[in-house]
Amino acid sequence: MDMYAVMFYFFAVVTIASAFAVVSTKNIIYSAFNLMLTFFGVAGIYVLLGADFIAIVQLIVYVGGILILLIFGVMLTNKITDSEIKTGWTQVLPAMLVVAAFAGTLLGMVLKSNWRVLPQLQQPVTGLADIGVLLVNEYALIFELLGALLLIALIGAASIARK
Amino acid sequence: MIYNFLVDLIGNEAVAAFINSIIPLLFIVPFALFAVYLERKVSAHMQDRLGPMITGWHGWLQTIADILKLLQKEDITASKTDKPLFFIAPILAFTGSYMAFAAIPFSSAYIGANIDLGLIFIAAVSSLVVAALLMAGWASNNKYSLLGAMRSAAQIVSYEIPTILVILTILVVTGSLNLYTLSENQTNIFKWLIFGGYGEGWQKFAIIPFMMVGMVVMFISTLAEVNRTPFDIPEAESELVAGFHTEYSGMKFAMFFLAEYANMFAVSVLVSAIFLGGYQSPFGYIGDVIGVSWLIPIEQFMWFAVKGLFFVFVQMWLRWTLPRLRVDQLMEICWKYLIPISIANFLIVAFLMVLL
Repeated sequence: MDMYAVMFYFFAVVTIASAFAVVSTKNIIYSAFNLMLTFFGVAGIYVLLGADFIAIVQLIVYVGGILILLIFGVMLTNKITDSEIKTGWTQVLPAMLVVAAFAGTLLGMVLKSNWRVLPQLQQPVTGLADIGVLLVNEYALIFELLGALLLIALIGAASIARK
Repeated sequence: MIYNFLVDLIGNEAVAAFINSIIPLLFIVPFALFAVYLERKVSAHMQDRLGPMITGWHGWLQTIADILKLLQKEDITASKTDKPLFFIAPILAFTGSYMAFAAIPFSSAYIGANIDLGLIFIAAVSSLVVAALLMAGWASNNKYSLLGAMRSAAQIVSYEIPTILVILTILVVTGSLNLYTLSENQTNIFKWLIFGGYGEGWQKFAIIPFMMVGMVVMFISTLAEVNRTPFDIPEAESELVAGFHTEYSGMKFAMFFLAEYANMFAVSVLVSAIFLGGYQSPFGYIGDVIGVSWLIPIEQFMWFAVKGLFFVFVQMWLRWTLPRLRVDQLMEICWKYLIPISIANFLIVAFLMVLL
């Protein structure tokens, strides 16, 4: 196994194990911190795919923003941390159906996709400049719409906070 | 590059990368020892005292004695703490501050990872420190610690915004976020970004005042991100005992201390690498004059350390001069002053770069 494969399996194991811990642990704080590990694992996989920018944005937005706010919220509401989350078996059949359908779709996608193999991955990493050019040319409309969406969310949050 | 040299020497990329990643540690640990001593001396002289004088000449062995004491100290863990998180938090705090050094060039011969997104990378990994502080505060199971952790999270998350806005301004001016490229191009004092950068023409002179504003904003907000006075409300001794590290003792406490000093140095060299040429000398190199090329990286490292230490000294100076801010004043400075100033600064610089 070369370094690339070792790193990939490391990040994959970190991601999956911590994601499993997020849903299985009974302590909500542990879930939150495991979620951080999941985000890190995913960021690592992005780096291995040559998407440095997405990896770093993933860290800034998810770990630096969303996760910190999540932990913040959990810690401020002190009753959540004391109460145990109930995990158990309910709705087994519908859950299994949905999961099977979802897993089947994913598996179909995995098998049908035209995957890039290793030598192609060693091409130069897409730079920040290229992403910028793409964002303001090809995807300008989507980019602007997303900006407007975020602005709406911001104004909404401010107006709710004022009440 | 030292990395290439190591690969040639060892012949194995993984081992070379591992050794390469340890190099900053060899600098940071002695630095932390020195900085603790410096902090004591600076504070003492600011208050017209002498500081440590007994251990060694002018007390220079004091921090070494302290670290020996910390190593031998009993590792106290209160019974109601959350054991795993309590144990991980100091390690995570140091990991977060150490990761920042990956993108910082120590000299033209050494940078941990020469990535194009160095500046944003540093902003991203600093969030790890926040998570570590929250973890420490919560795991301690102590009201004061939790309060300190909350305050620090709110503070770091807020002050990240002006930092990133200044980074954007830099991106507009130089077109690069790679700290190595930035440092490499600021070859003499007139090409430092604070004096307009390495561009040409009128732009260079027009942006000088805005670059100075940017540097001040950056320095203030990074100061707040490392929780130093006047922004030290997370560990305000007189209100919160010691904030998030109240419950820690022995080596775990030493880890937090190391993380704090590593962080101080990281933000200092960050400011110097962006605005003050990083490892570049303000004038020429002795190695150039006498024709000894291997001397240049060593000189560059000296300049890097001198600039970093200067800003560390400024941080200590501020700590012992200014009173602590209240929580509301802290947020006011960030949201009502620094963010509008940095947005205006960014827009003006962007206009100047396009128009001139």
